[in-house]
Amino acid sequence: MALLELQNVRVEIPLRRQTLVALDDVSLHVEEGEVLGVVGESGAGKSLTVDAIIGLVEPPGRITHGEVLLAGRRIDNLPDEALQRIRGAQIGVVFQDPMSSLNPLYSIGYQLVQTIRAHLDVDLAAARRRAIELLAEVGIPDPDRRLSFYPHQFSGGMRQRVVIALALCAGPRVIIADEPTTALDVSTQAQILDLLRRLSRQHRTAVVLISHDMGVIAEMADRVAVMYAGRIVETGAVQTLIDRPQHPYTQGLMSSIPRIDQDVDRLAQVDGAMPRLADIPAGCAFHPRCPKFFDRCRRERPDLRPAGFSHEAACWLFDTPNANE
Amino acid sequence: MKWLQRQANPYRWTGDWSQLLDGDLAYSFGRSPATVVAAGVTLIFFIAAVFAPWVAPHDPFDIATLDLNDAFLPPVWQGETGSWTYPLGTDGQGRDVLSTIVYATRISLTVGVLAVLLAAVLGGGLGLLAGYVGGWFDALVMRLADIQLTIPAILAALMIDGIARLVLPAGDQDVLAIYVLILAIGISEWPGYARVIRGVVMAESGKDYVSAARVIGIHPVSIMLRHILPNVMGPMLVLASIGLALAIIAEATLSFLGVGVPPTTPSLGTLIRVGDDFLFSGEWWILLFPAFALVALVLAVNVLGDWMRDALDPKLR
Amino acid sequence: MAAYVIRRFLQALAVMIVVAFASFLLFNFVGDPIDNMVGQEATRVDREAMRDSLGLNDPVAVQFGRFIVNLLRGEFGISYGLQRPVAALIGERLPATLELVFVSTIFALLLGIPLGVFTGIRRDAWSSRLILTLSLLGVSLPTFVVGILLIYVFAVTLGLLPSFGRGEVMDLAYWSTGLLTVSGWKAIILPAITLSLFQVTLILRLIRSAMLEVMRTDYIKFARARGLSERVINYGHALKNTLVPVITVIGLNIGTLVAFSIVTETVFQWPGMGFLFIQAVGFADVPIMASYLLLVALFFVGLNFVVDILYLVVDPRLRKQHIAAIGKRG
Repeated sequence: MALLELQNVRVEIPLRRQTLVALDDVSLHVEEGEVLGVVGESGAGKSLTVDAIIGLVEPPGRITHGEVLLAGRRIDNLPDEALQRIRGAQIGVVFQDPMSSLNPLYSIGYQLVQTIRAHLDVDLAAARRRAIELLAEVGIPDPDRRLSFYPHQFSGGMRQRVVIALALCAGPRVIIADEPTTALDVSTQAQILDLLRRLSRQHRTAVVLISHDMGVIAEMADRVAVMYAGRIVETGAVQTLIDRPQHPYTQGLMSSIPRIDQDVDRLAQVDGAMPRLADIPAGCAFHPRCPKFFDRCRRERPDLRPAGFSHEAACWLFDTPNANE
Repeated sequence: MKWLQRQANPYRWTGDWSQLLDGDLAYSFGRSPATVVAAGVTLIFFIAAVFAPWVAPHDPFDIATLDLNDAFLPPVWQGETGSWTYPLGTDGQGRDVLSTIVYATRISLTVGVLAVLLAAVLGGGLGLLAGYVGGWFDALVMRLADIQLTIPAILAALMIDGIARLVLPAGDQDVLAIYVLILAIGISEWPGYARVIRGVVMAESGKDYVSAARVIGIHPVSIMLRHILPNVMGPMLVLASIGLALAIIAEATLSFLGVGVPPTTPSLGTLIRVGDDFLFSGEWWILLFPAFALVALVLAVNVLGDWMRDALDPKLR
Repeated sequence: MAAYVIRRFLQALAVMIVVAFASFLLFNFVGDPIDNMVGQEATRVDREAMRDSLGLNDPVAVQFGRFIVNLLRGEFGISYGLQRPVAALIGERLPATLELVFVSTIFALLLGIPLGVFTGIRRDAWSSRLILTLSLLGVSLPTFVVGILLIYVFAVTLGLLPSFGRGEVMDLAYWSTGLLTVSGWKAIILPAITLSLFQVTLILRLIRSAMLEVMRTDYIKFARARGLSERVINYGHALKNTLVPVITVIGLNIGTLVAFSIVTETVFQWPGMGFLFIQAVGFADVPIMASYLLLVALFFVGLNFVVDILYLVVDPRLRKQHIAAIGKRG
């Protein structure tokens, strides 16, 4: 049984003149100790998926269909107080920009202790000790003194470590990291990724890692899900997904990444752009840009089906009775 | 060159405006009944002010028509002496309250509109220069704006009035009072307009078409105006409507305090001041109707301003 | 941080000197002070003698210096109209104004802050919309109209509360207070409500719009994602972050507070500085006007200084000097 699972989740945003479908039939799962990478362009719905998991979809958007399950139990339909207990304690989240994730007016010690005491029944002194432990664990030197520091007194990489410490406060079983390294420089990136990997191995924490950077995904993930226009278009083990992508969109993505061992004159690119939510085409969302599309793609929307190399792909190319070309 | 451009696309301006009308502005206007009512009320007041001699049933300043026997009559629905000749009653001199309100609205709106115009022109001009010239001039203007923002119109007007009383000969005081008032209120509101125009000018002067205009030999400002005006219309309108409400209140307050318009040309504030004297003696209509008129006018303008601000604010869409 | 405080203090001092100079000009050069002090019959020679003895023929710098020294000694001149030292008048009137301002501000904070938080959090509830509509009405009601209406309802029609004056007042050393007597409280209620109305509206709208912005921030989202309760988020994280813009705007509106306190005092014939000032304007009583100008400036500058200190308390980013230095480098 998967630790965290989304089943056919649909998120709609009702606007004045139309209703947008921001997430359409999204299904994901991640096991204990596993790192699931979620890739996609900006606007593909990755962050919204995070919101849907923790029940923080901003109104007027809402989940209209599907289920979110934690260790087999539904959490998407829980009342707010119950969800509050799950957030932080069972599911920890790390967002992209560490500077804006931390309240600038409170010391990090205050924010840590507050979070710890919100979930664990401990007194002030015990909470402080735990806070210092956490800071040490994420690699912040001299944690005792730094407790009283304010966010602006840390560098970017240190702040992200503090954010990770905050996410880990109550020992969650799942960590969702939404573009955790995008705002950091490359060397800091490596350190943060190392940290995440180490924590995941040590505590058997499941990690959902969201990124638009295939390099990060390649290094960290065990399995990958590719998102496009609010839908999952392919899932598979990381190595085979990179080397043998099955879905035409994934193929386009992979071939547009220059490889160090190849000599290329022009970067391959996929023509066109991902459609805006208001203009998603009928049938397969990718068909207008797909080099392999045929008539059925225009009319019917493909769901995830088994494709080569144990992947799943949402593409009519993998419809067994109709396998064509 | 500009003449040629306009010939080439004679619908350039109408294009912009019709886009404005078709879009979200008109949509949200129709959807909100409060705003429609507010617009109607404002319109009524403006019409009453402009066409006062035709709208008002009596002329309260024509001494010949005043009859002291008609003084202190209650409104039409009260007592046996109320009549439709004076629907809202009469004051201590036999003046029809409704008519005095109509004429007073004229004064209140005149001062308010002129003050807003002064603020817009002054602020717009300073903002344009500050944005275009930049440097120390810009810093100076912004500093002045900061200082201006901390001095409310009422305080400034009070000081100016006090000094004017001392310095000016008695005869001229009444005539100048209105101008002093408009000046004091208008000056207190210029920073808002200056900031808006300055921001847009600064944003536009960095753009390529400005450098291109310089190369061709056209003065950049004349080209920029075409791009600046549409961007600036919205915020200026919002400022103007809210500013109008503030100006009307400021004038009413000053007139109530006795340092606003002279008693010969009473505004709504003056009427309230007069009515205040009769608070305890029972002729409540002399006070309450002008007060109600003032509040209704300001409320209507504020509702319009609020709606405009919400409709034009991209963040709230 | 010390540098910040010192800088602000020096700025405040500079403003006060400028205002003092303006006041000085008013005092000595607007109208002719001699005319106001002697009758019509005095001859030219007498006037010149008077000018000399008052030191009015000395160079401006000397006169200004004398002016400052007098101020610091508490001599504010003699009122033309009332023929009494202005300092004594101020001593009598100031407590009345300060008490009124104090009570109305407390009231405004107690009402405005919770309402602002509430309408900021529950922006779509019908109660929020109602409160917002009422606040629009509040903005549209000029202060003097509010005062008059309150008098009409509570004093004229219901006869419950007095319509003028301070009620019974008790003298404590230099301060005469109306807050220790029942009649004093009865007298202060209506004026305080009148003066507080525009403040309530201002604070409510400010906090609401600041809350709306703060609630959209990443750190609030992160706080939610950590499982903190709504109460902690609203009143702990969110409210504290609204304080900085709110303090700023309140600082900007001190002038408005002064202006409206004048109006309120006039409506209720409250024997405070504002009422004194209005009467002085009517009689062109320059010593009172000039002294009032000084006092208002002092009040203004003093409160702005307090606001600046408050920034330091609320926002830790301003506290460390080296952060400011880093800011300059970056």
